[in-house]
Amino acid sequence: MNNILLSKKGIIDLHSLKKYIAHGGYEALKKALSMPPENIISMVIESGLRGRGGAGFPAGMKWKFLPKEREITKYLICNADEGEPGTFKDRQIMEFDPHLLIEGMTITAYAIGACRGFIYIRGEYDWIAKVLIRALKEAEDHGFSGDYILGTDYQFCIDVFRGAGSYICGEETALLESIEGKAGRPRLKPPFPATFGLYGKPTVVQNVATLSSIPFIVNNGPDAFKTFGKPRNYGTMLFGICGHVNKPGVYEYPMGTSLKKLIYEVAGGIKGNKGLKAVIPGGLSAPILKADEIDIEMDFDSLIAAGSILGTGGIIVLDENVSIPFVAQKAAKFFAHESCGQCTPCREGTNIIKFLIDRIAAGEGSLTDIEQVLRLCRCIKGSTLCAMGDTAAFSIETMVKKFRGEFESLVK
Amino acid sequence: MDDKIKKLIIKLAHRFPRKESALLPALSLIQKRNGCITEDDLMEIANIMNIPQARVFSAASFYTMLSLKKIGKYHIQVCTNVVCSLLDGESLIDYVSGKLGIQEGEVTPDGLFSIASVECLGSCGHAPAILINMAHYENMDLKKIDKIIDSLKKGEWRG
Repeated sequence: MNNILLSKKGIIDLHSLKKYIAHGGYEALKKALSMPPENIISMVIESGLRGRGGAGFPAGMKWKFLPKEREITKYLICNADEGEPGTFKDRQIMEFDPHLLIEGMTITAYAIGACRGFIYIRGEYDWIAKVLIRALKEAEDHGFSGDYILGTDYQFCIDVFRGAGSYICGEETALLESIEGKAGRPRLKPPFPATFGLYGKPTVVQNVATLSSIPFIVNNGPDAFKTFGKPRNYGTMLFGICGHVNKPGVYEYPMGTSLKKLIYEVAGGIKGNKGLKAVIPGGLSAPILKADEIDIEMDFDSLIAAGSILGTGGIIVLDENVSIPFVAQKAAKFFAHESCGQCTPCREGTNIIKFLIDRIAAGEGSLTDIEQVLRLCRCIKGSTLCAMGDTAAFSIETMVKKFRGEFESLVK
Repeated sequence: MDDKIKKLIIKLAHRFPRKESALLPALSLIQKRNGCITEDDLMEIANIMNIPQARVFSAASFYTMLSLKKIGKYHIQVCTNVVCSLLDGESLIDYVSGKLGIQEGEVTPDGLFSIASVECLGSCGHAPAILINMAHYENMDLKKIDKIIDSLKKGEWRG
């Protein structure tokens, strides 16, 4: 489909400014700078764009929470930490169309009155950071970024800030701590970044795909954006489909596209013509869906109604031969490793869950261990500073509850 | 810490609205140049940024890509998360470990290689994936890994 974010997919050397401009690039920025900033915020609110990083919070509303005074220093941060297992969507934009992100950020910064921006990219994406740095340099040299943007007195500088290997830094306040030169431990909220963000200043943190949707909205208007998707879930989503499918990859489809269609038509069906056992629909943190639950529309609200989440749209497909306790083992290892250690329920809970699931998988567990895993999941939920504890607990709990038979068959 | 790195770190500290923001870039720089971060480095950085050494240590010990222990010239990181594991990523780490004769966290006697299992590298669409220093290798198999390690041994590094 490739309507909004990957509309220029396949164009060679699109990462160069020349190619980007030849294909209509930076027209939205020109248009935006001729508009009052508040009109851009209204447009984005009207479009219904929700954050693509996992939480789905309305972008325009987030921007509106910032103080209006122009003289207050504000920051705009692009969250490019992409660390959720099963997720590899943002890199498609940054690697092949970096100017789309730069344009989206520059428009957003103008709308909220930010003078400085950061792209916080995970350290492992070293080559992509280099693509971004090159693109930024080109944009600055040609007046699309930096001082006197397009000859106006508006200025906005973007720095590429590399992480150093930490999943939790994708949580917006942990990300802020990381830029401030600390270990990435999420902050207590409120205050939210909109009032107390980077260096204590009002800050907007937004995912790559969210910011990259802005040029389309400015160019074509909110109504054009709303022709994709469905009420409360407008626009398109980058679905990264991986695991046991014939054609793994990132595909842009409207919000609300059927999961069944994405797996069987878009990604070419299950590898080796095997049957389907389960699907993790929105990155590893999303509660698992059984094969008979995939007749579902992929959007924020439908997935919540089905007891899961859209998350990052990273779809992990598991064929009939996959052992769910094995998947749970890997998930538990991940959460235990990535817990920042700040909240006791998450730090201790994820580690004990990992220990118990390892024991069950090794055939040395008992029925009590299964109960204990479920009990720990209940304890973690709602008792941590950030959402990681909750999602870790929901993810593991759902695997155990929906596939309990598989766990029981392993215990003595 | 040599003067060259020190100068680069001082330069980094001026790039940000607040100099502490250069902490992660500074640690990453030392890691890249020297293969590990020493106690002396922690102290020097704390002095340059005028922050407690404990805070520098807290950051240096928090992030996976930073190491307080010497790693090999080529640090082979194998993704062992769900998708890579399901697509045979698990066999990669055992294979590399056997081939090099070291366990996770160890360095070969010649100082060339070290191995680590890591979490998701963002290559789920091209699994299994490994990362050697800063270079991503996707759609890996044992044959490809053999070729890479052999070329590294011969000093033909392209990453």
